[in-house]
Amino acid sequence: MVTFTVEDHDGNRQPVEAPIDMGLNLMEILKACEYPVLATCGGMALCATCHVEILEGKDELGHASDAELDQLENLPEYYPTSRLACQVRISPMLEGAVVKLRGEDN
Amino acid sequence: MITTDLCIIGAGPVGLFAVFEAGLLKMRCHLIDYLPQVGGQLSEIYPQKPIYDIPGYPEIKAQDLVDNLMEQIKPFKPTFTLGERVDHLAKQADGSFILTTNDKTQVHAQVIIIAGGLGVFEPRKPVLENLEKFEGKGVTYMVKNPEHFRDKKVMLAGGGDSALDWAIYLSNVAERVTLVHRNETFRGAPDSAAKVYDLANKGKIDLILSANLKELGGNGTLKTVVLEGKSKEEITVDTDYLIPLFGLSPKLGPIADWGLNIDKNAIEVDTRDYSTGVERIYAIGDINTYPGKLKLILCGFHEAAIMMHSAFKFVYPDQKLSFKYTTVNGVNSF
Repeated sequence: MVTFTVEDHDGNRQPVEAPIDMGLNLMEILKACEYPVLATCGGMALCATCHVEILEGKDELGHASDAELDQLENLPEYYPTSRLACQVRISPMLEGAVVKLRGEDN
Repeated sequence: MITTDLCIIGAGPVGLFAVFEAGLLKMRCHLIDYLPQVGGQLSEIYPQKPIYDIPGYPEIKAQDLVDNLMEQIKPFKPTFTLGERVDHLAKQADGSFILTTNDKTQVHAQVIIIAGGLGVFEPRKPVLENLEKFEGKGVTYMVKNPEHFRDKKVMLAGGGDSALDWAIYLSNVAERVTLVHRNETFRGAPDSAAKVYDLANKGKIDLILSANLKELGGNGTLKTVVLEGKSKEEITVDTDYLIPLFGLSPKLGPIADWGLNIDKNAIEVDTRDYSTGVERIYAIGDINTYPGKLKLILCGFHEAAIMMHSAFKFVYPDQKLSFKYTTVNGVNSF
């Protein structure tokens, strides 16, 4: 298991615990926790409706891939450590991280 | 006024397949979609992606599935209204409905099927004070008719393919085109980006990089846009139009106001026939919800078949429906 913190649009923070051995991604965990994440494309990095910002955590966690940047750069707003949650694997990398929900879509 | 047996809202894969199931029961369909083409998310978001869970197809490209569905429903001569959003529903005394779109197209139907997926794909809007005040008065999110911008000053914002493509196109139409992009480089098609740089070098486009939209100005209609540059400096640009191009995002839209039971942006249905709480309105595919719901194309296909047998009684109240296999009866076109 890995434990990290999710901050919603209103700034409320909740700890979230997720299993690291089930091939899940952050978008799936956020949806399972009933956060308002649309995830229109279902996790293909094609819609940017699971936009999150990594507020705290390992540097590498804040590095978006090319596929994510293609989407993020089309948004009206994004941040230096913006990610698409569907492209963040649930792994020990997330331990202690703080993830903020972003985007007007969510 | 368009008259039809069934009006299907949403021309994605499930809406398209619903035409086939309706056709087998001799019911005619008209489809309405806000996107300018059929196929819904498949055509709009991931046309080239393979899908692996369509029965009988180990792998099929999303756009190929849409093309095949269009081929499959051809015998039933569906009609389409594309690029329009259904805004109003009016129940008639005989139980039928008249639907009105944002462009005032009217459709009279016995039954309504909402196959709207995640809702209406609306343009993403930048966060700007007074944005709504200038919508339709200088701020627009779509280039429907480029001639509209002839000899005008136009500012485009965004760094994707559509921003690049329209900048290139409008550079031959508008008096002046300004392209504003937040970054130093473009991730859109390299050919288009190269062309934009070339036009900028020739002075045909004003290219403003590393800048964000900050403020809109004008008395009633848009006159100026203030940008914020890399070092927080302000740049004021005179313009007649601002076209923000930040992609599309799904919204439930007017469907939310039709008196249906909505749970988390989805319409609650009875799984016996996928009817909503309002008689003669059904909801199938990603837009409905019920215990155990799976948002899969194949589940939407199943829902379409079941619901058509329920809708039959409203289109043919005096006939008894008998179930027939296509292998026995074939597909009898209209």
